[in-house]
Amino acid sequence: MNNFTSNIGQRDPVAIGFFFLFVCATLVITWFAAKRSKTASDFYAAGRSVTGFQNGLALAGDYMSAASFLGIAGLVALKGYDGLIYSIGFLVGWPLIMFLIAEPLRNLGKYTFADVVAYRLRQKPIRIAASCGSLMTVAFYLIAQIVGSGSLVNLMFGLPYELAVVIVGVVMIAYVLFGGMLATTWVQIIKAALLMAGATAMVVMVLAKFHFDPTALFAAAAVKYGQKVLEPGGLVSNPWDALSLGMALMFGTAGLPHILMRFYTVPDAEQARKSVFYATGFISYFYILTFIIGFGAMVLVGRDVITAFDKGGNMSALLLAEATGGTVFLGFIAAVAFATILAVVAGLTLAGAATFSHDLYVNVFRSGKTTEEQEVRVAKRATVVLGIVAVGLGMAFKGQNVAFMVGLAFAIAASGNFPALLMSILWRGMSTFGATAAIVTGSTLAVGLILISPTVWVDVFHFQQAIFPWKNPALISMPASFLAGWLGSLLAPDVDASARYEEQKIRNYLGVGVE
Amino acid sequence: MHPHSIDQLAFKDLVRRKWSVSLSMTVLMLAIYFGFILLLAFNGPVLAQKIGEHMTLAIPVGLGVILSACALTGLYVRWANTSYDKSVKDILSNMNGKG
Repeated sequence: MNNFTSNIGQRDPVAIGFFFLFVCATLVITWFAAKRSKTASDFYAAGRSVTGFQNGLALAGDYMSAASFLGIAGLVALKGYDGLIYSIGFLVGWPLIMFLIAEPLRNLGKYTFADVVAYRLRQKPIRIAASCGSLMTVAFYLIAQIVGSGSLVNLMFGLPYELAVVIVGVVMIAYVLFGGMLATTWVQIIKAALLMAGATAMVVMVLAKFHFDPTALFAAAAVKYGQKVLEPGGLVSNPWDALSLGMALMFGTAGLPHILMRFYTVPDAEQARKSVFYATGFISYFYILTFIIGFGAMVLVGRDVITAFDKGGNMSALLLAEATGGTVFLGFIAAVAFATILAVVAGLTLAGAATFSHDLYVNVFRSGKTTEEQEVRVAKRATVVLGIVAVGLGMAFKGQNVAFMVGLAFAIAASGNFPALLMSILWRGMSTFGATAAIVTGSTLAVGLILISPTVWVDVFHFQQAIFPWKNPALISMPASFLAGWLGSLLAPDVDASARYEEQKIRNYLGVGVE
Repeated sequence: MHPHSIDQLAFKDLVRRKWSVSLSMTVLMLAIYFGFILLLAFNGPVLAQKIGEHMTLAIPVGLGVILSACALTGLYVRWANTSYDKSVKDILSNMNGKG
């Protein structure tokens, strides 16, 4: 194993060629999308022309980040079974989106999830609070993606970190600025298809070496590294900690602005529910593939080689690609991983731009009195500004430990966005003050508690002992948000809002008057 | 659309059925997932026991959690596409008939 040589980290012309091809193809799509993108509904929601199947693929594309591909495969390669526990947590939020959120969201909203929360309530306070929750979620998710992508590209292609971040920023701005949601959707679809095709090919090549019997692969892993790799290890040791993380992952998925926004791209609630079904299927399939890829890397590449390239194991899927399919396949998978990063950040940027323009500019600063041209113009300006800010933050956080930021984004989504959204759909008595209190309480607690939790207090600030014992605050911050929403609505009820609940119900359940 | 022109009984029944399906499926999913997590936390050795020469129970159980998520979303879509959508259609056509 010591004579294992690899093209990883070289400026491999095959990988760069594949990546160039992907960027060119997606920019051509963006050009076509730009010609069709005129109205606000085109820019934010692809003219509501996306089918349930296409949106399912695009949702999967939004969710399957490079972190979940390279990161989870690496986690499995180094820790074995525990990697699967991690992916299960990310998956089980999807059924909840289906049962609780997807149809009401589609029927009651227009472009952002704040549309639904603000449906019956006074626009300004709700839009401001929801925008804060939304922008925090997007910002933390975006920083984690960009910093991760810079380091990955650096590892994969040997490109300088700063150059990688700038390339990601420029291409992502081009997609969103010119092609809006239509281009972003197709970038997601192509990326999801490539990622699943690449991962499937890798799994077929791995299993071919084990007579297409996964248990033979698991047995080989157990022989090489001990029975422990097939047993649950130390990932779930403190039950409260595990419950809290589980809640953040499960309910956070139902509060991620860039995921929620995708439900406006389909024509009706029926297609919205179909898209969750397809997305759940694709994501499940993909996580099962990464589990096998992780074990494949463990057996066929070996842990010593994997950790020699990257201590966190992030290169294991790429090393396995090279070991099974040679440098051409490595080039393809590396290009797909880079494309994955681009697609995810494009979706996030579009969600951020929609918040700035639709929630803050139109409904707060202009009190709903603008033309569509003005709204789209502001959204496009916000896209450029957000893109530049994201690149700047990517540079600022270079080399920092940003792993906690994804957990933080999920915690804010679960505690700030989700409770207000669910209560405004289900509870007649929800008032403006209550909804604002729910969002503010949930997100403030999520941010505050994570700062003093082991993930930041110990891992980032290097204090000896964390003040708050759990790694994720959702078990406290999410119920607190519901409580604040309930108390706030009792203390300051909204008679008008309650009176409009019947009308909201008819639109919600019968689809009457849906945009 | 005026709320009073609607068949209130049928509509109430629709909303009640929608949430009893949605909430029971939500509870089921939460029970499956948190049951799995709590089993890991409190009784890891149960899942570590072998069911083959090397295979552990943990692997099929983990896959089972993933597949249950897919199955539940599939069941919900089937229910909504048939039962729910049909009731919505009935209520809407009655409404137009009266109006």
